[in-house]
Parts: sequence; structure tokens; C-alpha cells
Amino acid sequence: MSTLEIRDLQVSVKLPEGELKPILAGVTLTVRAGETHAIMGPNGSGKSTLAYSLAGHPKYEVTGGSVTLDGEDVLAMSVDERARAGLFLAMQYPVEVPGVSVANFLRTAKTAIDGEAPKLRTWGNELRGAMEKLQMDPAFAQRNVNEGFSGGEKKRHEIVQMELLKPKIAILDETDSGLDIDALRIVSGGIERVREAGQTGLLLITHYTRILRYVRPDFVHVFVGGRIVEEGGRELADKLEDKGYERYLAGAGPAAV
Amino acid sequence: MTAVITPPKTKSQALRSFDVADFPVLNGREEEWRFTPLRRLGVLAKASEAATSAGVGHDYDELPAGVSVSTVERTDPRIGSVLTPFDRISALAYGGAGEALLISVARHATAPPATVRIVGRGADPAYGHTFVEVGELSQSTLVLEHTGSAVLADNVEVDVADGAHLTLVTVADWAPDAIHAQHVKFRLGRDARVVHVQVALGGDLVRQYTSVEYSGRGGDCEAYGLYFAAEGQHQEHRLLVDHSVPDCRSYVNYRGALQGTGSHTVWVGDVLIRAEATGTDTYEINRNLVLTDGARADSVPNLEIETGEVAGAGHASATGRFDDEQLFYLMSRGIPDDVARKLVVRGFFHELLGKIPVEGLRERLADAVEARLSESGS
Repeated sequence: MSTLEIRDLQVSVKLPEGELKPILAGVTLTVRAGETHAIMGPNGSGKSTLAYSLAGHPKYEVTGGSVTLDGEDVLAMSVDERARAGLFLAMQYPVEVPGVSVANFLRTAKTAIDGEAPKLRTWGNELRGAMEKLQMDPAFAQRNVNEGFSGGEKKRHEIVQMELLKPKIAILDETDSGLDIDALRIVSGGIERVREAGQTGLLLITHYTRILRYVRPDFVHVFVGGRIVEEGGRELADKLEDKGYERYLAGAGPAAV
Repeated sequence: MTAVITPPKTKSQALRSFDVADFPVLNGREEEWRFTPLRRLGVLAKASEAATSAGVGHDYDELPAGVSVSTVERTDPRIGSVLTPFDRISALAYGGAGEALLISVARHATAPPATVRIVGRGADPAYGHTFVEVGELSQSTLVLEHTGSAVLADNVEVDVADGAHLTLVTVADWAPDAIHAQHVKFRLGRDARVVHVQVALGGDLVRQYTSVEYSGRGGDCEAYGLYFAAEGQHQEHRLLVDHSVPDCRSYVNYRGALQGTGSHTVWVGDVLIRAEATGTDTYEINRNLVLTDGARADSVPNLEIETGEVAGAGHASATGRFDDEQLFYLMSRGIPDDVARKLVVRGFFHELLGKIPVEGLRERLADAVEARLSESGS
């Protein structure tokens, strides 16, 4: 079973002038396949920085700490190597790629992750099936990646990718934001399927507790000022729903992006 | 005595003449030539008795019914009926070309795609002339491919009769040493519709000037361009869409990629809407993707409007590098950097390639674009 170990991770964002602005002030977290972790925190606490720095976004610079996946040094890997090692990031704002069809994109990604092209005979059905489970019209396969997709369609497309690529560890960055209740149910259903399969460790990053009614976390981490300030089981999420983040914010670390 | 030379105030006042002597010798400082390395144009920029039509030939496969290819004497009344040269090289080519290549689409014909190849036979300077005659209410697709080595200046006249629909694809797939200066002039009759796709890949220097005029209402011209300049290549595209008739439409969309030291592309798009051309609908856009350091893309859209009563008029231009967020997104799905870049470039050209209604050619061009990317490892 796979394990992602984050040890005292410190990350800065690169500002346009080349300066570094510290965001993560030492994050330690272990995620094992089959576990579901929720990272909850107010806006600007550094949750997305954690997600993007784990995926290797060039905007962030790791200034300290370590990240390993099954003992392999994730921080030494390029973005694509991380994905091939088994990391997946469902993005809050998926990017449009004009002129590249969803079908072509997904086949190329599947080929890269598996190290061989998917079998033509079964791939069509697999793709169609994955899209239907997220209630995406198969016609989307011929559209350009994320171009003209609604917010909900983009998020469903992210979950389609997660189901097809079968990562060891999936980080879902505010996948619930901007979704109406029907879309939230559909997206949560996809996350639940991955969770029930038990092969993937899930790191759910969210501002709201709403999604946790559909996807029950095993662990909840409260994230404030670039670090984890409290940890607990799912009951912690209920407490946050009642009381909000205010009590953590007094005397919290530096304000973040 | 010093002569005061007043440049034309608008594109409509620019000089037009069949006589080379009317055009001063080029010095490279003229607005129209300031981006062009005249030295590399060599003999084409000077009057040269040496140049003949012999440096290029043409061939074609079996032609579909309704399309014919022949040659006609320069004295044929059609020659010069659409295009009057408006610069020195065009006038030189006009005067220097021997017989003209005539491509005809019969009235009312509905013809599947026909391909005619202009084949360069070496480095002897050559002048050429092509007349494309598209009959009333016909529907056709013509592909003009340029291959081989050549130093060629030529004029292409395209006369599209009332109600005709023409897709004209020109492909500059020259050998690396070719020099080509071309003028393409379209005249659209009433309700005529033209889709022009201009592809430039090969050659050392390719400069194509495309101009469009309308002779009746309801004309509709879409001009697409796809170019990819590698190390040392100069590719220049200039357009002049002259709206002098009411209720016509034009849409110009050129896209280019550049890679390697000294690769240079120029796009200058002029659209003129004259006072009488009310109800005109026009838009032009140029986008350039700079893949490596040492490349230079110039992009200049110009819109001259003499009437306020237009249906639409706009232009846009953007030149940039790879979008880091697009690459990050693709790579975060495991796709290696070089494959991700190929996907983005293929995507960049995808829509324009889709305008070519010949599947084999479309695929060949997509592969050629990818092969270029692999060459440089960019």
C-alpha cells in the first residue's frame, strides 16, 4: 500500500520580482492509500499552496522539509514524473487547452501513466464509461480540453481523469467550490467510488464542510497560517461547521496569499 | 532641387501600375519593405533580364470533372484583369513572366479537390503568373503546392464569379534554399465565397502578399494562414482587404510558430472599409507562438474605416511563449514535457488545419508541424 509522507514542508511563492514569500511554515502529514484526509482552513491559509507544491508547480519553491512517496523523493521529480509515480492533483481552476480534444488528452495521459497505450478495443468503452459515471455527455470527448466548460463540467472532468488514471495519492483542491448541490453529489459520487476501491489515498482540500457530508474523511486537519494547527477525526469537521475558524485565527501565523 | 515625396495617406491611394518603371528601386526603408531582408531577395528585387519562366514548372494529377489546367499567352485578356501590381517585385514578375498558368473551374461545376504543383527547378531566378478562373455558382477546392528549389516572384489572380464557392489552399513547402515573393489577388463577385488557407513551412525567404476586393454585394472572404519558421527562415505575410462594396464580409486569422535563431515572421494585415462599403463585417487576428529564444515575430494589424455604418470591425494580435499553466496541467497528468509541447502546438494550429477540406493534406501538414518541433527539441 502506498504512503505519502510530508515532513516539515516549507514552501514559498515566487513573486514576479523574484522575491520569495513564505507560505507553508512546516507541514507534516502522512497519507496512506485507502485513507481519506480532509484539510480544512480559511482562505489564504496556504491550502492550495500545499496542493500545487506537491504537484510541482513552478510558481512555488520548496525551502525546507521533505516529501516522499513510498520512499521515493517526490521533490526531486519533475511535474510529469510525480504524476507517473502516482500523484494526482484535481485542480480548483482546471486549465483550458485549445485545439486538444478531451479524448486525445486522456489517451495521451493514460499512455504516459501506464507506460503503454491503452488497448483500442477497450479504451473507448472505458472512457465512455468513466464519463457516463460523472454524467458527462460522451460528446465532451470531442471538445477541446476544458474550453467552454462550465465550472461544474470542469470539476467533473477532473474526477473523470482521477478515475481513469487511478493514482496512488489524489489531492483534490477545493473540488467542491462553485458546485451546485446536484453537481456536488455527482462529483462526490466519483470521489466515493475511488475511496471505496481502497487503492488511493485522498487528500481533500476544502474551505467548507459541505462536501464532507458526501465523502466522510478518516482524518481532519485544520490548516491556518501555513501549518496544521489541530488534527482529529471526522468529529472535528462537525465542530468546524458549528464554530467556524475564528478561534484559530487569533494569533495565527503570517497572512498568506 | 529636392523632390518632396508624399507617402499615400491611405491604402486606397497606393500606386498601381503594370510598368516597372513606375516603381522606384527598393532601398529597404520603404514602409512595405522595412521588415524584409532585401539582400536575400537578391535578383528578385532588381530588374533582371535573366529571369524567365523556365525556373519553375507545374504538374498535376488527374483533374476532377469541371476543373481544367492549361497555359495561355500573356496577351490573353484575362491576364491582368484582376491584379494590377502595386509594388516593384509584382510589376517585375508581371512583365517578366512568359505564358500564364490557367486553372479553370467550369460554371455550375461541383468539383472534388484538385491539386496543382508549382515545382522549382533550381536557383535560376524565375517569374511566374497564374490565373484562377472560378465559374459562376461553382463549388470547388483547389490546392496550389510549391515544392523544390526556386528563386521565384509570381502573381496569382483569382477571379471568383457570382455565387461561386472556392476553397483555395496554397502550400509553400519549398526546399530550404528557396526564395519566393508572391502576390495573390482575389476578386469576389456577388455572393461569392472564398476560404483561403495559406500555409508556409519551407523555403529560406517566403513573402506572400494577399489582397482581396469585392465586385458585388454579399461577398464573403475568409483568409487563414498557418506558418512555422525555423532557424534562419523569414516568412512574411501581408494582407489588404479592400471593402469598397456594401454588405460584404471578411475574416482573417493567421497563426504562426517560430523556433531557432534568426527565425523571423512578419504579419501585416490591412483592412480598408471605404465610405461606400456600409454594412461591412470584418475581423482580423494574428497569433504567434514563440518557441525558443532568438526568434522574432512582427505583427501589425491596421484597420482604416471611412464609414460608421458597419456591421462589425475589429482586430487583434498576440505574440507569446508557451503558456506555463497549460504545460503544467498536461504534465500534471503524467505527460512528458516534449509531448505536452507538441500537444499545445498541434492544438494551436488545429482549428486552422480544420479549414482544409482535404484529409490527406491536413494530416501531412500536422505531421510536418510535429516533425519541425522534434528537429529543434524545443
